[in-house]
Amino acid sequence: MSTVAETRIKLTPEHDARPGASVRSRLQDLLPKIVLAPSFAATIVFVYGFILWTIYLSFTNSKTFPSYDITGARAYQRLWRWTFESDPPSSWYTSITNMGIFGFLYIGICLALGLFLAILLDQKIRGEGVLRPIYLYPMALSFIVTGVAWKWFLDPGLGLEQTLHQWGWTSFHFDWIKNKDFVIYTVVIAGVWQASGFIMAMFLAGLRGIDGEIMKAAQIDGASTFQLYRRIVIPLLRPVFLSAFIVLAHLAIKSYDLVVALTSGGPGGSAWLPSNFMYEFTFKRNEMAVGSASAVIMLMTLTAIIVPYLYSELREKPR
Amino acid sequence: MSTVASPARPASSGMSARTLNRIVIYGLLALFAIFYLMPLFVMLVTSFKTMDEIQNGNMLALPQSPTIEPWFKAWGETCVGLTCAGIKGYFWNSIKMVVPAVLISTLLGALNGYVLTKWRFRGHTLVFAMMLFACFIPFQSVLLPMATILGSIGRFGVTLQNATGFNFGLGNSTVNLVFVHVVYGLGFTTLFFRNYYEAFPTELIKAAQVDGASFFQIFRRIMLPNSMPIFVVTVIYQFTNIWNDFLFASAYAGTGDVMPMTVALNNVVNTSTGVVEYNVNMAAAMIAALPTLIVYVVAGRYFVRGLMAGAVKG
Repeated sequence: MSTVAETRIKLTPEHDARPGASVRSRLQDLLPKIVLAPSFAATIVFVYGFILWTIYLSFTNSKTFPSYDITGARAYQRLWRWTFESDPPSSWYTSITNMGIFGFLYIGICLALGLFLAILLDQKIRGEGVLRPIYLYPMALSFIVTGVAWKWFLDPGLGLEQTLHQWGWTSFHFDWIKNKDFVIYTVVIAGVWQASGFIMAMFLAGLRGIDGEIMKAAQIDGASTFQLYRRIVIPLLRPVFLSAFIVLAHLAIKSYDLVVALTSGGPGGSAWLPSNFMYEFTFKRNEMAVGSASAVIMLMTLTAIIVPYLYSELREKPR
Repeated sequence: MSTVASPARPASSGMSARTLNRIVIYGLLALFAIFYLMPLFVMLVTSFKTMDEIQNGNMLALPQSPTIEPWFKAWGETCVGLTCAGIKGYFWNSIKMVVPAVLISTLLGALNGYVLTKWRFRGHTLVFAMMLFACFIPFQSVLLPMATILGSIGRFGVTLQNATGFNFGLGNSTVNLVFVHVVYGLGFTTLFFRNYYEAFPTELIKAAQVDGASFFQIFRRIMLPNSMPIFVVTVIYQFTNIWNDFLFASAYAGTGDVMPMTVALNNVVNTSTGVVEYNVNMAAAMIAALPTLIVYVVAGRYFVRGLMAGAVKG
């Protein structure tokens, strides 16, 4: 913020001698704001305005169509009640439990695998130029394609199980994708497959940015490779961990397509995430207020993660 | 992790231990390469097999009598819901949506980035922060109001159609999706250009101003010619995101022949009438994946840079 004054440019003389010129230069002065205005206005209306609208709807009793009579926090009360309805599990209970399992495993495995692969690739590997794009290409695919591919691969009758049976391992059994207790883990597998290569690339960029002198000094001091990574390299990668966490957390909360394409929601909706819950309740079950309330809860969760991050990123930028 | 070779260790500690390390490293890397390639490989070989071979053969086996028939069938004949005219129409739907959406959002992002770095005003950081936050919101929190608004616009379009004979694109699904993707893509495109222009020498712009160049002249003559790399990054990023979008597409163009590719593919795969033709499904999935895969293969460097820029702010 402190750099604003210096970088601000306003060299066009406002008090030009020629008549009419002051109007023109005033217009020139306003022009940047005029250019930015539509985008900013669109953000205000279609992001912040719509968020307020969704919050408003969540306090009504909208069903199939929006209703604008405030009827109190009934939608939230129902979600709150459903939060503890575990036997039989309510859709909301399933969704948030799945979110916990999926979020934890997806973020954790992607970080661990990404870091591991980056460290392996950083050992002066021949053929790195071939391997890197192989690890990374899933990020270019849509979740729908990823879902279709993994649905096939994990199908007990067609995919991995069948293949291993043909190879003679007839006792092999893997039907997670059809099992309501395990279906969410198949979403984790496909999700990790898609995103871990990208996390690898982030860590690799971080590793390449570390000063080689520090590494050498530590090695001369007799640090083993393991110690070197644990004590020096990984602590230096802290900013990358943070960025990767933010990317993964927001991907996890937004995940919707993958569940649809891979599991079609799972047996009895057992693979739902809150995003699926929101979509189903809003557009299929005619419970608009409940859907809106769940969207608000998703937004608040994400805000709690993103806002501190953005604040620190934008603030400590002394340029 | 202890398998990682240490280059500083004296060679006398044994060449064989070092070699073993290398073997383990390369072995692990190869294993993961197989993990990442497997689904694509299976998808590809399946799309060239006959149904007979799929039912009786091995998933991983190469097609014995390769046939391109499933690709033709996916493109021109397969059923999406009740219409059986292949996915080609939906492919073009996606193209018609992606091209304008990418161009508009990228151009606006460039202008925004230019203003936010070179024509700063009080509160520019707040404006940027508000646009940036928009990148991260779960779109579920705007999905319903947007549906309501698009519905109203569509009804207005019908009125207009009746009155004037034209609806001016109001209510058209493709136009709706272009609009939605531009609005919710602005945050990212602005971010890319802002960070790029931040490093651009301000002196050049000052000099041009002294010479009497206007706001747009500077943008056209100085900024744009020097923005090629970030344009490529932004276009690729936007193209991939918009092509791959499913949530907006299924909410605002989820039925009928206006569906974009991703929604159509999901319908093809989940159509449960008759015998499921897995080879055709896989061919359809490959067709849906090809545009972004080609971009990735041709311009992978820029693709990665875009992802990084979206991840590491500032």
